[in-house]
Amino acid sequence: MKRILLTGAALAALNATPVFAQETLATVEERGILNCQVGLPTPGFYALAEDGTWSGMDVDLCRGVSAAIFGDPDKVEYQSVTSAVRFTALANAESDMLSRTTTWTAVRDTQLGLDFTTVNFYDGQGFLVPADSGITSALELDGGVICVLTGTTTELNLADYFRANEMSFTPVTNENVNVLVETYLGGGCDAYTNDKSGLAARRSAFPSPDEHILLPETVSKEPLGPVVRQGDDAWANLVRWVIFGMINAEELGVSSENVDEMATSTDPNIARLLGSEGNIGEGLGVKPTFMIDVIKMVGNYGELYEKHIGANTPIGIPREGTLNALWTEGGIIYAPPFR
Amino acid sequence: MTSIPELSDKTKQRGKLSRAIYDARIRSAIIQALTLFTVVALLFWLTRNTMINLQARNLSAGFGFLDVSAGFGIGFTLIPYKEGDTYLRVFAVGIMNTLLVAVVAIALSTVFGVLVGLARLSTNWIIAAVARSYVEIIRNTPLLLQIIAWYFGVFNLLPRPRQSMEITGGFVLNNRGFYLPGPVVEAGFTLWLGILAVSVIGAIALYIWAARRLERTGQSFPAILTGLGIVILVPLLAFLVLGSPLSWDMPELKGLNYVGGITVPPSFCALIVALSAYTSCFIAEIIRSGIQSVSKGQLEAAGALNLPANWTLRRVVMPQAMRVIIPPLISQYLNVTKNSSLAIAIGFPDLVSVWMNTSLNQSGRAIPIVAMTMGFYCAVSLSVSAVMNIYNKRVQLKER
Ligand SMILES: N[C@@H](CCC(=O)N[C@@H](CS)C(=O)NCC(=O)O)C(=O)O
Repeated sequence: MKRILLTGAALAALNATPVFAQETLATVEERGILNCQVGLPTPGFYALAEDGTWSGMDVDLCRGVSAAIFGDPDKVEYQSVTSAVRFTALANAESDMLSRTTTWTAVRDTQLGLDFTTVNFYDGQGFLVPADSGITSALELDGGVICVLTGTTTELNLADYFRANEMSFTPVTNENVNVLVETYLGGGCDAYTNDKSGLAARRSAFPSPDEHILLPETVSKEPLGPVVRQGDDAWANLVRWVIFGMINAEELGVSSENVDEMATSTDPNIARLLGSEGNIGEGLGVKPTFMIDVIKMVGNYGELYEKHIGANTPIGIPREGTLNALWTEGGIIYAPPFR
Repeated sequence: MTSIPELSDKTKQRGKLSRAIYDARIRSAIIQALTLFTVVALLFWLTRNTMINLQARNLSAGFGFLDVSAGFGIGFTLIPYKEGDTYLRVFAVGIMNTLLVAVVAIALSTVFGVLVGLARLSTNWIIAAVARSYVEIIRNTPLLLQIIAWYFGVFNLLPRPRQSMEITGGFVLNNRGFYLPGPVVEAGFTLWLGILAVSVIGAIALYIWAARRLERTGQSFPAILTGLGIVILVPLLAFLVLGSPLSWDMPELKGLNYVGGITVPPSFCALIVALSAYTSCFIAEIIRSGIQSVSKGQLEAAGALNLPANWTLRRVVMPQAMRVIIPPLISQYLNVTKNSSLAIAIGFPDLVSVWMNTSLNQSGRAIPIVAMTMGFYCAVSLSVSAVMNIYNKRVQLKER
C-alpha cells in the first residue's frame, strides 16, 4: 500500500508542471530568503570565510538584490555547486539567480531556458604556467598538457585556440576546480587555463603565487554576468537594474559612505536613483528608495571592484585603462539611465 | 436410453466465456496484454509530460544535437577523436573508454582476486594473515577515497617529464602518464594474424580430440601443453619468417612532453589500480568461500581414489566450487562497470564524465543524454548477466 502511495506521489510530481514564470519575486518574498547560486569558493568573486560567510564581487550582487527586496543584504542562502551543474540547478528552480563568473553566450542564453541579465565584468581567457617552465607565450604550449574545467567556455576556447594555431594538446579535465588546481600545482599539467580574472583569483591562494606567471595572450572574450531563468522578465529586470543602479551610483559619485547625504541631493539624476524623485522601484516591485539600501549596505560598482578584486587586494586586477573602467574613464562599464 | 437435454445457445456461450476466464493460459495472456498496454501508456504519458515541462522551462529537447560539433578536447580516446567532432562521436568515445576501464579492471581484479583468495586458504599463516589484512583494509575503505589517494598520492607525485623514469624498452613513467611503445602494423601483418588464428583453432581442435579420446579409451594426452606449444611456437616462427611485420613506435621527449607510442594518462592508472585492488578483495572472498564450500568428504574421497593433487583440484574441487563462485562473481563484474563511473572524480573521460557531465553541460540536452547513458549501462548489465547466466547453467549440478 505504502509503495502504491509513493509511486502515486512520484507520478503526481512528474505530472505537475511547475509554474516558474513571473513568480520569482513573490516566491522569494514569501520564503524570506534569496537562493543565490555561486561556484566553488574562489577568492575575490565568491570567497568563503572560515566562519561560513561568503564575500566577493559576485556575492555582492546577490547581497544587492537581497537588500533591494528585503532592506537587508544578508537574507541570502548561497548555493555552491560545480560549474558543470550550474545551469541545471538554475533551470530547475533550485536557485533564484546565479552570480558566478559565468560567460554570456548564445547557446546558454537561447537553449538552456536561461536569461543573462547584464555584464558585471569583461574578461578574456588566459594561461597560467609555472615561472620556471621558461614558457613565455601561449604559442609555446604545442604538445602541452593543459588543465581545464569541464562544462565551461574555457574548454571550448582552448580547443578552438589550439586548432586555429595548428597545435596539439592533451586536456586534463575536472568539474571540480580544486582537484584541477591541485593537479596543476603538482605538475600534472603544463598550464592551467581559465578566465584571466579566475587565474588571478586562484593564483592569489597558491602557496607561492610568485612562482606562476600569466602568459600575455588573451584568447577569447568572456563577458561575465548574473543569470536568471527565462520567462520571468520582471525578475530579470530587478536583478539587472540593481546592477545598473550600482554602476550609475559610481558614475554619479554616490557611495556607501555618502549615500545618506546624497539622499537629499537636488541633482535630479541622483534624486531619481535614490527614489526621492519619481518611482523606479514601483516597476520593479520594490520600494522607491531601494537603491539607498543597496548602496548603503553593499556599495557602488567601483567600491565592490576595489574591495574585492582591485589593485590593492591579493587578487590585484588593476582597473584603470581596462574594459572594466567606467565609460567616462575609457572603459565600457556603462548603464542605461535611471529615468 | 435417456437423452441429454440440449444446452441452450446462451448457456453454451457463457460456458465458453467462463471456461476462457478459468483457463490459465488465456488468463495470463490477457493480463500480459493489459500490463503491456499500461507500460506503453505510461511511457507515452511520461514522454509527453517531459516534453511539455521542457517547453515550459524553455529548454531545448530532442536528439538533433547529436550531429552538432561538440567543440571540446578529450584527454584520452581509444577511437580517433578530434576537436570539432560531433556529440555522437563523444558518446562513442565515452562508451569505449568506459568499456576499456571495465575490461582491464575485471581482468586484473580476477587474477589478483584468485591469488589472494588462494593465499587466504594457505596453511602458511604469514601468507594467510597478509592476504587477510589486505582484504580487510582495502575492502573497508571507500572506493572514491582510494581512487583519489592513488591519483594524488602516487601518480601526480611522479617525476615531471624532464626527470621521467625511463624503464627499458621505451616504457616511460612520469606525472603526465605512462608511455609505452605503440605497435605499428606493416606489410604481412594480416597474413600473420591469419596464421595465429589457424594455430589457435588447431590447438582447440587438439584439445577437443584429446578430451574425446580420454572418454573413449581412457588414454590421456598432454593436450594443454602441446596446444600451448602450437599457439606460441607457430606464430613466433611465422613472425620471424615474415620479417617482423610489426614495428614499434617509441615514445620520445619532444618539447613539453613525450610523443609517440601509447600514452596512458595518470587518471586511468589511478582508476585501474584502485578499482582492481578494491574489487579483487571481494573476488578473493568469493573464491575462498567457494572453495571452502566443497565438503571435506569430497577431498577425502578423492584421496581414497589416489587422485593426484592437481586432478583433485581441477576435477573435484573446482567444478563444485564454481557453482558457488559464479553468481556473486557476476555481480562483482557488474559492480566494476558501474563503479568505473567514479572516474569523474579524477577526470578520466569515461562515459559519465565526458557525456553525462561535459556534453550535458555544453549542450543543455539533459533528457536525451541521461536516457542514452542509462540505456548503455542497462545494456551492459543485461548482457554481462546473460553471458554469465549461460555459463552458470552449464556448471550447475546435473542430475543424472
Ligand atoms: N567564464 C567561464 C568559466 C567560469 C569559471 O571557470 N570560473 C572560475 C572562476 S573565474 C572558477 O574557478 N570557477 C569555479 C566554480 O565556479 O566552481 C564560463 O562561464 O564557462
